[in-house]
Amino acid sequence: MAKKKISVSKILITTFLVLHALYVIYPLILMFMTSMKSTMDIMKNPLSFPKKPIFTGFVKIFRDANFLLYLKNSVFVTLVALFASLTVSIFLSYALARYKGKTVNRLYFLFLAGMIIPIRLGVLFLNLMFNKLGMLDSLFSLILIYTAMTIPFSMYILTGYIRMIPAEMDEAAFIDGCSNLQVVGRMVVPLLKPAIATVAIYNFIPIWNDVYFPLILIFDPSKKTFMQHVTMFFGQYQTDWNLVFSALTFATLVSLVFYAIGSKQLVQGLTAGALKG
Amino acid sequence: MKRSKRAFWLFVLPSLIIYVLFMLLPLVASLGLSFFEWSGYGAKKFVWFRNYVKLFTEAPNNVRLGNALKNNLYFFIITMVIQNLLALMLAIFLQRGFRGFKALRTIFFAPSTVSVIIVGFLWTLIYNPIWGPLNNILGAIGLDKLQMAWLGSKTTALTAIAVANAWQYTGIPMMLFVAGLNSIPNELYEACSVDGGSEWHKFRYVTIPSLKSVLLIVATMTFVGNFSSFEIIYAMEGTLAGPNYATDVLGTLFYRTTFGARTGSPPDMGLGATIATVMSVLIGVGVLFWLRLYVKEDSSEGK
Repeated sequence: MAKKKISVSKILITTFLVLHALYVIYPLILMFMTSMKSTMDIMKNPLSFPKKPIFTGFVKIFRDANFLLYLKNSVFVTLVALFASLTVSIFLSYALARYKGKTVNRLYFLFLAGMIIPIRLGVLFLNLMFNKLGMLDSLFSLILIYTAMTIPFSMYILTGYIRMIPAEMDEAAFIDGCSNLQVVGRMVVPLLKPAIATVAIYNFIPIWNDVYFPLILIFDPSKKTFMQHVTMFFGQYQTDWNLVFSALTFATLVSLVFYAIGSKQLVQGLTAGALKG
Repeated sequence: MKRSKRAFWLFVLPSLIIYVLFMLLPLVASLGLSFFEWSGYGAKKFVWFRNYVKLFTEAPNNVRLGNALKNNLYFFIITMVIQNLLALMLAIFLQRGFRGFKALRTIFFAPSTVSVIIVGFLWTLIYNPIWGPLNNILGAIGLDKLQMAWLGSKTTALTAIAVANAWQYTGIPMMLFVAGLNSIPNELYEACSVDGGSEWHKFRYVTIPSLKSVLLIVATMTFVGNFSSFEIIYAMEGTLAGPNYATDVLGTLFYRTTFGARTGSPPDMGLGATIATVMSVLIGVGVLFWLRLYVKEDSSEGK
Protein backbone atom coordinates (compact mmCIF):
# COMPACT_ATOMS: atom_id res chain seq x y z
CA MET A 1 0.00 0.00 0.00
CA ALA A 2 2.68 2.43 1.06
CA LYS A 3 4.72 1.47 -1.97
CA LYS A 4 1.84 2.23 -4.33
CA LYS A 5 1.28 5.64 -2.77
CA ILE A 6 4.88 6.60 -3.41
CA SER A 7 4.66 5.67 -7.08
CA VAL A 8 1.45 7.68 -7.52
CA SER A 9 3.09 10.78 -6.13
CA LYS A 10 6.12 10.04 -8.29
CA ILE A 11 3.95 9.95 -11.39
CA LEU A 12 2.19 13.18 -10.46
CA ILE A 13 5.41 15.00 -9.73
CA THR A 14 7.07 13.77 -12.90
CA THR A 15 4.05 14.78 -14.98
CA PHE A 16 4.05 18.24 -13.46
CA LEU A 17 7.75 18.72 -14.08
CA VAL A 18 7.61 17.44 -17.65
CA LEU A 19 4.64 19.71 -18.42
CA HIS A 20 6.56 22.64 -17.02
CA ALA A 21 9.59 21.72 -19.11
CA LEU A 22 7.36 21.75 -22.22
CA TYR A 23 6.01 25.15 -21.22
CA VAL A 24 9.56 26.46 -20.85
CA ILE A 25 10.80 24.97 -24.12
CA TYR A 26 7.77 25.61 -26.36
CA PRO A 27 8.27 29.35 -26.97
CA LEU A 28 11.91 28.73 -27.86
CA ILE A 29 11.07 25.87 -30.24
CA LEU A 30 8.36 28.01 -31.79
CA MET A 31 10.90 30.76 -32.42
CA PHE A 32 13.42 28.36 -33.97
CA MET A 33 10.73 26.79 -36.17
CA THR A 34 9.36 30.13 -37.29
CA SER A 35 12.82 31.34 -38.28
CA MET A 36 12.85 28.59 -40.89
CA LYS A 37 9.48 29.49 -42.43
CA SER A 38 8.63 32.00 -45.14
CA THR A 39 6.58 35.01 -44.06
CA MET A 40 3.62 33.61 -46.04
CA ASP A 41 3.90 30.28 -44.26
CA ILE A 42 4.14 32.03 -40.87
CA MET A 43 0.89 33.91 -41.50
CA LYS A 44 -0.99 30.90 -42.88
CA ASN A 45 0.17 28.18 -40.51
CA PRO A 46 1.67 29.91 -37.49
CA LEU A 47 1.94 26.77 -35.36
CA SER A 48 2.91 24.06 -37.82
CA PHE A 49 6.38 22.75 -38.53
CA PRO A 50 8.06 24.40 -41.49
CA LYS A 51 7.01 22.47 -44.59
CA LYS A 52 10.27 23.10 -46.33
CA PRO A 53 12.81 24.69 -44.00
CA ILE A 54 14.39 27.82 -45.48
CA PHE A 55 17.39 29.70 -44.22
CA THR A 56 17.09 32.89 -46.24
CA GLY A 57 16.76 35.01 -43.08
CA PHE A 58 20.03 33.73 -41.64
CA VAL A 59 21.79 34.17 -44.98
CA LYS A 60 20.53 37.75 -45.22
CA ILE A 61 21.83 38.49 -41.74
CA PHE A 62 25.30 37.19 -42.44
CA ARG A 63 25.54 38.99 -45.75
CA ASP A 64 24.70 42.23 -43.96
CA ALA A 65 27.95 44.04 -43.18
CA ASN A 66 26.26 46.05 -40.42
CA PHE A 67 25.13 42.94 -38.67
CA LEU A 68 28.68 41.61 -38.58
CA LEU A 69 29.97 44.95 -37.32
CA TYR A 70 27.50 44.95 -34.41
CA LEU A 71 28.43 41.39 -33.60
CA LYS A 72 32.07 42.46 -33.48
CA ASN A 73 31.22 45.42 -31.21
CA SER A 74 29.34 43.18 -28.79
CA VAL A 75 32.05 40.53 -28.67
CA PHE A 76 34.65 43.23 -28.02
CA VAL A 77 32.65 44.90 -25.24
CA THR A 78 31.77 41.61 -23.58
CA LEU A 79 35.27 40.12 -23.65
CA VAL A 80 37.06 43.25 -22.45
CA ALA A 81 34.53 43.91 -19.67
CA LEU A 82 34.61 40.29 -18.49
CA PHE A 83 38.40 40.26 -18.46
CA ALA A 84 38.71 43.61 -16.69
CA SER A 85 36.08 42.73 -14.12
CA LEU A 86 37.66 39.35 -13.36
CA THR A 87 41.16 40.76 -13.05
CA VAL A 88 40.30 43.50 -10.56
CA SER A 89 37.86 41.23 -8.69
CA ILE A 90 40.45 38.51 -8.11
CA PHE A 91 42.77 40.96 -6.33
CA LEU A 92 39.87 42.51 -4.45
CA SER A 93 38.56 39.13 -3.32
CA TYR A 94 42.01 37.97 -2.26
CA ALA A 95 42.41 41.04 -0.08
CA LEU A 96 38.91 40.75 1.41
CA ALA A 97 39.34 37.05 2.11
CA ARG A 98 42.80 37.24 3.67
CA TYR A 99 42.67 40.44 5.72
CA LYS A 100 40.54 40.95 8.81
CA GLY A 101 39.10 43.94 10.60
CA LYS A 102 36.33 46.48 10.55
CA THR A 103 37.43 48.17 7.32
CA VAL A 104 37.52 44.82 5.56
CA ASN A 105 33.99 44.01 6.71
CA ARG A 106 32.68 47.41 5.69
CA LEU A 107 34.26 47.12 2.26
CA TYR A 108 32.79 43.63 1.88
CA PHE A 109 29.27 44.91 2.49
CA LEU A 110 29.82 48.00 0.36
CA PHE A 111 30.58 45.72 -2.58
CA LEU A 112 27.93 43.16 -1.62
CA ALA A 113 25.25 45.85 -1.82
CA GLY A 114 26.11 46.25 -5.51
CA MET A 115 24.79 42.74 -6.18
CA ILE A 116 21.24 43.97 -5.81
CA ILE A 117 21.46 47.75 -6.45
CA PRO A 118 20.25 48.42 -9.99
CA ILE A 119 23.04 50.47 -11.59
CA ARG A 120 20.53 51.91 -14.06
CA LEU A 121 19.26 54.29 -11.37
CA GLY A 122 22.48 56.21 -11.95
CA VAL A 123 21.99 56.46 -15.68
CA LEU A 124 21.34 60.21 -15.69
CA PHE A 125 24.70 61.04 -14.19
CA LEU A 126 26.48 58.40 -16.29
CA ASN A 127 25.02 60.03 -19.40
CA LEU A 128 26.15 63.45 -18.20
CA MET A 129 29.61 62.26 -17.19
CA PHE A 130 30.34 60.40 -20.43
CA ASN A 131 29.05 63.37 -22.36
CA LYS A 132 31.48 65.68 -20.52
CA LEU A 133 34.32 63.24 -21.08
CA GLY A 134 33.46 63.03 -24.77
CA MET A 135 32.75 59.34 -24.36
CA LEU A 136 29.19 59.16 -25.62
CA ASP A 137 29.20 56.82 -28.59
CA SER A 138 32.25 55.05 -27.22
CA LEU A 139 32.27 51.35 -26.52
CA PHE A 140 34.60 52.05 -23.59
CA SER A 141 31.82 53.79 -21.69
CA LEU A 142 29.85 50.54 -21.88
CA ILE A 143 32.90 48.53 -20.83
CA LEU A 144 33.43 50.68 -17.72
CA ILE A 145 29.79 50.37 -16.67
CA TYR A 146 29.72 46.60 -17.20
CA THR A 147 32.98 46.17 -15.31
CA ALA A 148 31.65 48.13 -12.33
CA MET A 149 28.33 46.33 -12.39
CA THR A 150 29.81 42.80 -12.37
CA ILE A 151 32.48 43.34 -9.65
CA PRO A 152 30.05 42.65 -6.74
CA PHE A 153 28.96 39.18 -7.86
CA SER A 154 32.53 38.21 -8.79
CA MET A 155 33.74 39.43 -5.40
CA TYR A 156 31.03 37.44 -3.62
CA ILE A 157 31.77 34.11 -5.29
CA LEU A 158 35.58 34.50 -5.40
CA THR A 159 35.89 35.62 -1.77
CA GLY A 160 33.93 32.54 -0.74
CA TYR A 161 36.27 30.27 -2.66
CA ILE A 162 39.48 31.93 -1.52
CA ARG A 163 38.40 31.55 2.11
CA MET A 164 38.32 27.81 1.50
CA ILE A 165 41.98 27.82 0.43
CA PRO A 166 44.07 27.46 3.61
CA ALA A 167 45.95 30.67 4.39
CA GLU A 168 48.95 28.57 5.50
CA MET A 169 49.66 27.93 1.83
CA ASP A 170 50.19 31.65 1.31
CA GLU A 171 52.48 31.81 4.34
CA ALA A 172 54.57 28.97 3.03
CA ALA A 173 54.88 30.70 -0.32
CA PHE A 174 55.87 33.97 1.37
CA ILE A 175 58.62 32.16 3.28
CA ASP A 176 59.84 30.74 -0.02
CA GLY A 177 60.25 34.33 -1.13
CA CYS A 178 57.14 34.79 -3.27
CA SER A 179 55.69 38.28 -3.56
CA ASN A 180 52.00 39.03 -3.07
CA LEU A 181 51.50 39.17 -6.81
CA GLN A 182 53.17 35.81 -7.31
CA VAL A 183 51.02 34.20 -4.62
CA VAL A 184 47.85 35.45 -6.30
CA GLY A 185 48.97 34.79 -9.86
CA ARG A 186 50.75 31.47 -9.51
CA MET A 187 48.95 29.86 -6.58
CA VAL A 188 45.48 31.31 -6.01
CA VAL A 189 44.34 31.78 -9.61
CA PRO A 190 44.98 28.16 -10.67
CA LEU A 191 43.01 26.95 -7.64
CA LEU A 192 40.18 29.35 -8.45
CA LYS A 193 39.54 28.04 -11.96
CA PRO A 194 36.06 26.58 -11.23
CA ALA A 195 34.99 29.76 -9.45
CA ILE A 196 36.33 31.90 -12.27
CA ALA A 197 34.32 29.84 -14.76
CA THR A 198 31.12 30.28 -12.72
CA VAL A 199 31.69 34.02 -12.49
CA ALA A 200 32.52 34.41 -16.18
CA ILE A 201 29.38 32.57 -17.30
CA TYR A 202 27.15 34.35 -14.83
CA ASN A 203 28.46 37.79 -15.78
CA PHE A 204 28.40 37.07 -19.50
CA ILE A 205 24.58 36.99 -19.46
CA PRO A 206 23.74 40.56 -18.35
CA ILE A 207 26.60 42.08 -20.37
CA TRP A 208 25.82 40.33 -23.63
CA ASN A 209 22.07 40.90 -23.31
CA ASP A 210 22.06 44.51 -22.14
CA VAL A 211 20.26 47.08 -24.27
CA TYR A 212 19.56 49.67 -21.59
CA PHE A 213 22.95 51.38 -21.61
CA PRO A 214 23.46 51.22 -25.40
CA LEU A 215 20.01 52.82 -25.79
CA ILE A 216 21.14 55.73 -23.62
CA LEU A 217 24.83 56.07 -24.49
CA ILE A 218 25.26 54.86 -28.08
CA PHE A 219 23.75 56.81 -30.96
CA ASP A 220 26.42 56.46 -33.66
CA PRO A 221 25.12 53.66 -35.94
CA SER A 222 28.60 52.20 -36.31
CA LYS A 223 28.99 51.76 -32.54
CA LYS A 224 25.76 49.91 -31.90
CA THR A 225 25.82 46.59 -30.09
CA PHE A 226 24.35 43.42 -31.45
CA MET A 227 21.40 43.26 -29.07
CA GLN A 228 20.69 46.97 -29.56
CA HIS A 229 20.50 46.34 -33.29
CA VAL A 230 18.18 43.37 -32.84
CA THR A 231 15.91 45.62 -30.75
CA MET A 232 15.69 48.25 -33.46
CA PHE A 233 15.44 45.58 -36.12
CA PHE A 234 12.22 44.32 -34.54
CA GLY A 235 10.62 47.71 -34.95
CA GLN A 236 11.87 48.30 -38.50
CA TYR A 237 11.09 45.13 -40.39
CA GLN A 238 7.77 44.12 -38.96
CA THR A 239 6.61 42.85 -42.34
CA ASP A 240 9.51 40.50 -42.99
CA TRP A 241 8.78 38.06 -40.17
CA ASN A 242 11.20 35.47 -41.52
CA LEU A 243 14.09 37.92 -41.17
CA VAL A 244 12.93 39.11 -37.75
CA PHE A 245 12.69 35.57 -36.40
CA SER A 246 16.06 34.64 -37.84
CA ALA A 247 17.64 37.58 -36.02
CA LEU A 248 15.90 36.73 -32.74
CA THR A 249 16.84 33.07 -33.08
CA PHE A 250 20.48 33.80 -33.76
CA ALA A 251 20.70 36.22 -30.81
CA THR A 252 19.10 33.65 -28.53
CA LEU A 253 21.29 30.81 -29.77
CA VAL A 254 24.41 32.74 -28.76
CA SER A 255 23.22 32.98 -25.14
CA LEU A 256 21.93 29.43 -25.05
CA VAL A 257 25.10 27.92 -26.52
CA PHE A 258 27.19 29.78 -23.98
CA TYR A 259 24.87 28.59 -21.23
CA ALA A 260 24.94 25.00 -22.51
CA ILE A 261 28.74 24.97 -22.42
CA GLY A 262 28.86 26.29 -18.88
CA SER A 263 25.55 25.18 -17.39
CA LYS A 264 27.02 22.38 -15.29
CA GLN A 265 29.52 24.75 -13.75
CA LEU A 266 26.93 27.47 -13.28
CA VAL A 267 24.18 25.32 -11.77
CA GLN A 268 26.66 23.69 -9.41
CA GLY A 269 28.13 27.02 -8.44
CA LEU A 270 24.70 28.48 -7.77
CA THR A 271 23.22 25.59 -5.82
CA ALA A 272 26.08 23.77 -4.12
CA GLY A 273 26.53 26.34 -1.42
CA ALA A 274 28.94 28.64 -3.20
CA LEU A 275 26.34 31.32 -2.63
CA LYS A 276 26.71 30.82 1.08
CA GLY A 277 30.32 32.01 0.96
CA MET B 1 55.86 42.17 5.88
CA LYS B 2 53.84 40.46 3.20
CA ARG B 3 50.45 41.13 4.74
CA SER B 4 50.79 44.90 4.87
CA LYS B 5 48.23 47.66 4.77
CA ARG B 6 49.85 48.87 1.60
CA ALA B 7 49.39 45.52 -0.13
CA PHE B 8 45.74 45.41 1.00
CA TRP B 9 44.91 48.78 -0.49
CA LEU B 10 46.82 48.08 -3.69
CA PHE B 11 44.64 45.01 -4.18
CA VAL B 12 41.40 46.76 -3.28
CA LEU B 13 41.87 50.10 -5.03
CA PRO B 14 41.40 49.17 -8.70
CA SER B 15 37.99 47.61 -7.97
CA LEU B 16 37.05 50.31 -5.51
CA ILE B 17 37.81 53.13 -7.93
CA ILE B 18 35.83 51.57 -10.78
CA TYR B 19 32.98 50.60 -8.46
CA VAL B 20 32.74 54.02 -6.84
CA LEU B 21 33.18 56.06 -10.04
CA PHE B 22 30.81 54.11 -12.26
CA MET B 23 28.28 52.76 -9.82
CA LEU B 24 28.02 54.50 -6.44
CA LEU B 25 28.82 58.04 -7.53
CA PRO B 26 26.36 58.00 -10.47
CA LEU B 27 23.63 56.72 -8.13
CA VAL B 28 24.12 59.51 -5.62
CA ALA B 29 24.87 62.23 -8.16
CA SER B 30 21.80 61.36 -10.23
CA LEU B 31 19.68 62.08 -7.19
CA GLY B 32 21.37 65.46 -6.88
CA LEU B 33 20.16 66.36 -10.35
CA SER B 34 16.59 66.31 -9.04
CA PHE B 35 17.19 69.82 -7.60
CA PHE B 36 17.88 71.28 -11.03
CA GLU B 37 15.76 72.35 -13.92
CA TRP B 38 17.47 70.88 -16.95
CA SER B 39 16.36 69.59 -20.33
CA GLY B 40 19.61 67.78 -21.04
CA TYR B 41 21.02 70.56 -23.17
CA GLY B 42 22.11 74.01 -22.10
CA ALA B 43 22.50 75.27 -18.57
CA LYS B 44 21.21 73.70 -15.39
CA LYS B 45 19.25 75.91 -13.03
CA PHE B 46 19.07 75.20 -9.30
CA VAL B 47 15.38 75.19 -8.34
CA TRP B 48 15.28 73.65 -4.83
CA PHE B 49 12.28 71.35 -4.52
CA ARG B 50 10.45 72.64 -7.58
CA ASN B 51 10.70 69.24 -9.34
CA TYR B 52 9.25 67.44 -6.34
CA VAL B 53 6.32 69.83 -6.24
CA LYS B 54 5.86 69.26 -9.97
CA LEU B 55 5.98 65.48 -9.59
CA PHE B 56 3.75 65.12 -6.54
CA THR B 57 1.15 67.85 -7.05
CA GLU B 58 0.86 68.82 -10.70
CA ALA B 59 -1.16 66.96 -13.33
CA PRO B 60 -0.40 64.91 -15.30
CA ASN B 61 2.81 64.03 -13.40
CA ASN B 62 1.13 63.13 -10.11
CA VAL B 63 -1.48 61.00 -11.88
CA ARG B 64 1.24 59.18 -13.85
CA LEU B 65 3.32 58.61 -10.72
CA GLY B 66 0.37 57.19 -8.79
CA ASN B 67 -0.54 54.99 -11.73
CA ALA B 68 3.04 53.71 -12.13
CA LEU B 69 3.31 52.95 -8.39
CA LYS B 70 0.04 51.06 -8.51
CA ASN B 71 1.14 49.08 -11.55
CA ASN B 72 4.53 48.30 -10.01
CA LEU B 73 2.87 47.01 -6.87
CA TYR B 74 0.50 44.85 -8.92
CA PHE B 75 3.43 43.57 -11.02
CA PHE B 76 5.28 42.66 -7.82
CA ILE B 77 2.37 40.86 -6.17
CA ILE B 78 1.43 38.87 -9.26
CA THR B 79 5.09 37.90 -9.78
CA MET B 80 5.32 36.69 -6.19
CA VAL B 81 2.32 34.46 -6.81
CA ILE B 82 2.94 33.09 -10.30
CA GLN B 83 6.73 33.08 -10.35
CA ASN B 84 8.01 32.47 -6.85
CA LEU B 85 5.31 30.08 -5.72
CA LEU B 86 5.91 28.04 -8.86
CA ALA B 87 9.67 28.20 -8.25
CA LEU B 88 9.19 26.85 -4.73
CA MET B 89 7.00 24.00 -6.00
CA LEU B 90 9.52 23.12 -8.70
CA ALA B 91 12.40 23.17 -6.22
CA ILE B 92 10.55 20.90 -3.77
CA PHE B 93 9.61 18.45 -6.53
CA LEU B 94 13.12 18.46 -7.97
CA GLN B 95 14.41 17.73 -4.50
CA ARG B 96 12.82 14.29 -4.68
CA GLY B 97 15.85 13.42 -6.76
CA PHE B 98 14.29 11.10 -9.35
CA ARG B 99 16.48 10.27 -12.32
CA GLY B 100 16.76 12.94 -14.99
CA PHE B 101 15.87 15.82 -12.70
CA LYS B 102 19.29 17.40 -13.04
CA ALA B 103 18.62 17.93 -16.75
CA LEU B 104 15.23 19.49 -15.97
CA ARG B 105 16.86 21.95 -13.59
CA THR B 106 19.13 23.07 -16.42
CA ILE B 107 16.17 23.51 -18.77
CA PHE B 108 14.15 25.49 -16.21
CA PHE B 109 17.01 27.93 -15.77
CA ALA B 110 17.69 28.38 -19.50
CA PRO B 111 15.25 31.25 -20.25
CA SER B 112 16.95 33.51 -17.70
CA THR B 113 20.00 33.50 -19.97
CA VAL B 114 18.04 34.90 -22.92
CA SER B 115 17.80 38.67 -23.43
CA VAL B 116 14.77 40.28 -21.74
CA ILE B 117 14.10 42.16 -24.96
CA ILE B 118 13.92 38.94 -26.96
CA VAL B 119 11.65 37.32 -24.39
CA GLY B 120 9.42 40.37 -24.66
CA PHE B 121 9.30 40.20 -28.47
CA LEU B 122 8.68 36.47 -28.40
CA TRP B 123 5.74 36.77 -26.04
CA THR B 124 4.34 39.70 -28.02
CA LEU B 125 4.12 37.29 -30.93
CA ILE B 126 2.65 34.53 -28.77
CA TYR B 127 -0.08 36.95 -27.67
CA ASN B 128 -0.68 38.26 -31.22
CA PRO B 129 -4.49 38.38 -31.53
CA ILE B 130 -4.59 37.43 -35.22
CA TRP B 131 -2.12 34.60 -35.64
CA GLY B 132 -0.51 34.25 -32.23
CA PRO B 133 -0.22 30.70 -30.84
CA LEU B 134 -2.09 31.45 -27.61
CA ASN B 135 -5.38 32.34 -29.30
CA ASN B 136 -4.84 29.51 -31.77
CA ILE B 137 -4.39 26.98 -29.01
CA LEU B 138 -7.43 28.32 -27.16
CA GLY B 139 -9.44 27.96 -30.38
CA ALA B 140 -8.18 24.44 -30.98
CA ILE B 141 -9.31 23.23 -27.55
CA GLY B 142 -12.72 24.87 -27.86
CA LEU B 143 -12.13 27.86 -25.65
CA ASP B 144 -12.83 30.41 -28.40
CA LYS B 145 -14.58 32.62 -25.88
CA LEU B 146 -11.32 33.28 -24.08
CA GLN B 147 -9.56 34.50 -27.21
CA MET B 148 -8.66 38.15 -26.96
CA ALA B 149 -6.11 40.86 -27.62
CA TRP B 150 -4.07 40.11 -24.51
CA LEU B 151 -1.69 43.04 -24.79
CA GLY B 152 -4.28 45.42 -26.20
CA SER B 153 -6.76 45.20 -23.37
CA LYS B 154 -6.34 47.31 -20.25
CA THR B 155 -7.52 44.51 -18.00
CA THR B 156 -5.12 41.82 -19.21
CA ALA B 157 -2.02 43.63 -20.51
CA LEU B 158 0.00 43.89 -17.29
CA THR B 159 -0.85 40.36 -16.21
CA ALA B 160 0.16 39.08 -19.64
CA ILE B 161 3.51 40.85 -19.29
CA ALA B 162 3.97 39.44 -15.78
CA VAL B 163 3.41 35.94 -17.18
CA ALA B 164 6.10 36.48 -19.83
CA ASN B 165 8.43 37.87 -17.17
CA ALA B 166 7.77 34.89 -14.89
CA TRP B 167 8.35 32.48 -17.77
CA GLN B 168 11.83 33.91 -18.07
CA TYR B 169 12.83 34.24 -14.42
CA THR B 170 11.28 31.31 -12.52
CA GLY B 171 14.62 29.50 -12.77
CA ILE B 172 16.48 31.97 -10.57
CA PRO B 173 14.36 31.73 -7.38
CA MET B 174 14.10 28.00 -8.09
CA MET B 175 17.90 27.70 -7.86
CA LEU B 176 17.94 29.66 -4.60
CA PHE B 177 15.23 27.40 -3.18
CA VAL B 178 17.13 24.30 -4.30
CA ALA B 179 20.25 25.61 -2.52
CA GLY B 180 18.14 26.35 0.56
CA LEU B 181 16.59 22.89 0.56
CA ASN B 182 20.02 21.29 0.17
CA SER B 183 21.17 22.95 3.36
CA ILE B 184 18.33 21.53 5.51
CA PRO B 185 19.80 18.68 7.61
CA ASN B 186 18.11 15.34 6.97
CA GLU B 187 17.90 14.70 10.72
CA LEU B 188 15.16 17.33 10.99
CA TYR B 189 12.96 15.35 8.61
CA GLU B 190 13.81 12.10 10.36
CA ALA B 191 12.93 13.59 13.72
CA CYS B 192 9.62 14.68 12.25
CA SER B 193 8.87 11.16 10.95
CA VAL B 194 9.83 9.60 14.28
CA ASP B 195 7.27 11.87 15.93
CA GLY B 196 4.70 10.54 13.45
CA GLY B 197 4.63 13.61 11.21
CA SER B 198 3.01 13.34 7.78
CA GLU B 199 4.41 14.75 4.53
CA TRP B 200 2.40 17.91 5.18
CA HIS B 201 3.83 18.24 8.67
CA LYS B 202 7.34 17.92 7.29
CA PHE B 203 6.60 20.66 4.78
CA ARG B 204 4.86 22.93 7.26
CA TYR B 205 7.17 22.51 10.26
CA VAL B 206 10.55 21.71 8.70
CA THR B 207 10.76 22.96 5.11
CA ILE B 208 9.02 26.32 5.40
CA PRO B 209 10.73 27.51 8.63
CA SER B 210 14.12 26.43 7.29
CA LEU B 211 13.53 28.31 4.05
CA LYS B 212 12.43 31.51 5.76
CA SER B 213 15.58 33.47 5.01
CA VAL B 214 15.67 32.26 1.38
CA LEU B 215 12.00 33.22 1.00
CA LEU B 216 12.77 36.71 2.25
CA ILE B 217 15.80 37.03 -0.03
CA VAL B 218 13.71 35.95 -3.03
CA ALA B 219 10.92 38.37 -2.13
CA THR B 220 13.38 41.25 -1.80
CA MET B 221 15.11 40.38 -5.07
CA THR B 222 11.73 40.28 -6.81
CA PHE B 223 10.79 43.60 -5.29
CA VAL B 224 13.99 45.32 -6.41
CA GLY B 225 13.83 43.68 -9.84
CA ASN B 226 10.23 44.69 -10.49
CA PHE B 227 10.62 48.24 -9.22
CA SER B 228 13.54 48.78 -11.58
CA SER B 229 12.09 46.90 -14.57
CA PHE B 230 11.95 48.57 -17.93
CA GLU B 231 12.95 46.34 -20.86
CA ILE B 232 10.09 43.84 -20.71
CA ILE B 233 7.49 46.63 -20.88
CA TYR B 234 9.53 48.51 -23.50
CA ALA B 235 9.69 45.40 -25.68
CA MET B 236 6.01 44.50 -25.35
CA GLU B 237 4.23 47.87 -25.14
CA GLY B 238 6.85 50.49 -26.12
CA THR B 239 7.86 53.49 -24.03
CA LEU B 240 4.25 54.67 -23.91
CA ALA B 241 3.39 51.55 -21.90
CA GLY B 242 -0.06 51.24 -23.37
CA PRO B 243 -2.93 50.66 -23.66
CA ASN B 244 -3.56 54.06 -22.11
CA TYR B 245 -0.70 53.66 -19.56
CA ALA B 246 -2.14 50.39 -18.24
CA THR B 247 1.36 48.89 -18.13
CA ASP B 248 3.28 52.04 -17.18
CA VAL B 249 5.73 51.35 -14.35
CA LEU B 250 8.30 53.61 -12.70
CA GLY B 251 10.99 52.44 -15.15
CA THR B 252 9.02 53.42 -18.27
CA LEU B 253 7.77 56.65 -16.69
CA PHE B 254 11.37 57.56 -15.83
CA TYR B 255 12.63 56.78 -19.34
CA ARG B 256 9.84 58.73 -21.04
CA THR B 257 10.20 61.73 -18.77
CA THR B 258 13.98 61.85 -18.92
CA PHE B 259 14.62 61.23 -22.58
CA GLY B 260 11.35 62.40 -24.10
CA ALA B 261 8.61 60.34 -25.68
CA ARG B 262 7.66 59.69 -29.26
CA THR B 263 4.45 61.61 -28.72
CA GLY B 264 6.62 64.71 -28.62
CA SER B 265 6.87 65.46 -24.93
CA PRO B 266 10.28 67.11 -24.51
CA PRO B 267 12.99 65.53 -22.32
CA ASP B 268 12.98 66.78 -18.74
CA MET B 269 16.10 65.49 -16.98
CA GLY B 270 15.35 67.29 -13.72
CA LEU B 271 11.93 65.70 -13.37
CA GLY B 272 13.42 62.38 -14.50
CA ALA B 273 16.00 62.59 -11.71
CA THR B 274 13.15 63.20 -9.28
CA ILE B 275 11.42 60.01 -10.42
CA ALA B 276 14.75 58.19 -10.12
CA THR B 277 14.99 59.47 -6.54
CA VAL B 278 11.56 58.03 -5.74
CA MET B 279 12.69 54.72 -7.23
CA SER B 280 15.97 54.82 -5.30
CA VAL B 281 14.20 55.39 -2.00
CA LEU B 282 11.86 52.45 -2.59
CA ILE B 283 14.61 50.18 -3.85
CA GLY B 284 17.01 51.38 -1.15
CA VAL B 285 14.64 50.06 1.51
CA GLY B 286 14.68 46.73 -0.30
CA VAL B 287 18.47 46.71 -0.57
CA LEU B 288 19.00 47.45 3.13
CA PHE B 289 16.54 44.72 4.07
CA TRP B 290 18.37 42.29 1.77
CA LEU B 291 21.78 43.20 3.22
CA ARG B 292 20.51 42.64 6.76
CA LEU B 293 19.39 39.16 5.76
CA TYR B 294 22.89 38.43 4.46
CA VAL B 295 24.52 39.71 7.62
CA LYS B 296 22.27 37.39 9.62
CA GLU B 297 23.00 34.45 7.32
CA ASP B 298 26.72 35.11 7.63
CA SER B 299 26.71 35.25 11.39
CA SER B 300 24.39 32.26 11.77
CA GLU B 301 26.77 30.23 9.61
CA GLY B 302 29.45 31.02 12.11
CA LYS B 303 31.97 32.04 9.48
